[in-house]
Amino acid sequence: MENYVNNLTPWQRLELIRNKARPTINDYMPMIFDEFYEMHGDRYYGDDAAVLGGLAMLGGTPVTVISHVKGRNIDENKKSNFAMPHPEGYRKALRLAKQAEKFHRPVICFIDTPGAFCGIEAEERGQGEAIARNLFEFMQLKTPVISIVLGEGGSGGALALGVCDELAMMSNALYSVISPRGFASILWKDASREKDACNMMKITAEDMVRLNIAEHIIPEPIGGAQNDLCKTAENIKEYLLEATTRNLKKSIDVLLNERYTKFRKIGEFQEISRDNETD
Amino acid sequence: MLEDLFKVVKTRFNGKESDAASIADSTIPEDLMFKCPRCRHTMFLDDYEINNKVCTACNYHGRLTARERIELTVDKDTFVEYDHSMMSLNPIDFPDYDKKQAMLREKTGINDAVVTGEAYIRRIKTVIAVMDSNYMMASMGSVVGEKITRAIEKATQMKVPFIAFTASGGARMQEGTVSLMQMAKTSGAIARHNDAGQLYITVLTDPTTGGVTASFASLGDIIIAEPKVLIGFAGRRVIEGTIKQRLPDDFQLAEFLLEKGFVDMIVERKKMRSVLSHLMMLNNYHPEEI
Repeated sequence: MENYVNNLTPWQRLELIRNKARPTINDYMPMIFDEFYEMHGDRYYGDDAAVLGGLAMLGGTPVTVISHVKGRNIDENKKSNFAMPHPEGYRKALRLAKQAEKFHRPVICFIDTPGAFCGIEAEERGQGEAIARNLFEFMQLKTPVISIVLGEGGSGGALALGVCDELAMMSNALYSVISPRGFASILWKDASREKDACNMMKITAEDMVRLNIAEHIIPEPIGGAQNDLCKTAENIKEYLLEATTRNLKKSIDVLLNERYTKFRKIGEFQEISRDNETD
Repeated sequence: MLEDLFKVVKTRFNGKESDAASIADSTIPEDLMFKCPRCRHTMFLDDYEINNKVCTACNYHGRLTARERIELTVDKDTFVEYDHSMMSLNPIDFPDYDKKQAMLREKTGINDAVVTGEAYIRRIKTVIAVMDSNYMMASMGSVVGEKITRAIEKATQMKVPFIAFTASGGARMQEGTVSLMQMAKTSGAIARHNDAGQLYITVLTDPTTGGVTASFASLGDIIIAEPKVLIGFAGRRVIEGTIKQRLPDDFQLAEFLLEKGFVDMIVERKKMRSVLSHLMMLNNYHPEEI
């Protein structure tokens, strides 16, 4: 893939990825995969339209695809709850991932969510437990997992599809611990400072690579993915073909050790003396 | 729509603040009395503290410092602390983050929001992690994530149970996306501990929310909660902002989670040592002769 410098500020990227014209999984699906068969439901409670999952062919390889679903208009957004899943969405994702594990089929996750849904029913059905369970199970899933942040990667709701062997960021995508608005609202008690927050939070694709959170940046055309859907889809597909091939070659032990280590080493701290340690 | 949402939150928030102001204006000196956040009963601070910070009226189990928790829970003089000196850096250069931490270290005597180490509980060896809400509401950044992960790995290696006493406002926003990744890191270590066939018990204390609820706190083989503590994923005000109505008082309390099936048992502080030791014995961990 070509070298590419993205000059947009984080705030410009946020505006771009929130734009209605931004391609979603529904646009990419037919361009990247063949023969997609959607699978519904978590087998416990229901089917969450905020998470799409199913079987597809990537080149010559069967894969399991799991994705947050953003809409392009109000009807689509209502249906998919603005890509904010309930617990059953995460449990559906896990069910399909375990199915993929059984057949040693790579799992491809697309992250595109402002966050997990915050509501009474989500709490009653264990939103926290559902996300936690995915982190726990995906870390030990005995098949390659590749995740791509398409647009917004918002907090635990994004991470629930983000425990993977390789994480790629679309060049304008953002990945954050909380939405910039939430950040401003909580830390500065002033939600109107969203723009300041966005620009200081270090949430761009380049930041993610520097912080060892992401391994790859998938280039978008100048001005954003909406300007050339075909080219963008091609770039995603090219990356996925490489990444799945690369990871399918690894033994399960190596794969799982590398996955654990990838997350294990993230953290920025210092230790002054080791006097108080037992070893 | 989003504007409205924040307006609701704001109104309620402001309402609360003025409540607090009127209390401050009243004649009760703050350092003499404790007002229970659940039942609003006011008691002498001495009585509350003698009762191990449990409300004498409604049995709400209040917040302890990590030191107090350790003292109440483990066998005397058996606690050996891990990684005491670990301190976080400032991964997103958040303004005044270092200054705020220096101030909190001074005030609390701990270097970040969790204390980890090994100890005996009724002569059964364990590794414990105790979160302390006095330190930035025990939010999880690099240090909390790393210390908890190391403690879990140590427990796995020593083949002893890991017990986490959780309390947290969630991921530490001041450390950005690095904090979010601590959820995956800690949960991964729990997964390995689990695969190694070792026991993990979580004790949910007041308040356990956000990214900690959505990671290791919800992954115990056995999940215990103290009475009347707050446990949830989303903050109450955020949910109220979304649905635009007040939530019932018992929403997200330990008893609510028990009813919904996300907690195994509610255990009072005074029985915690005995319950933990029995549960460990039932899982084939036995007291050592010391």
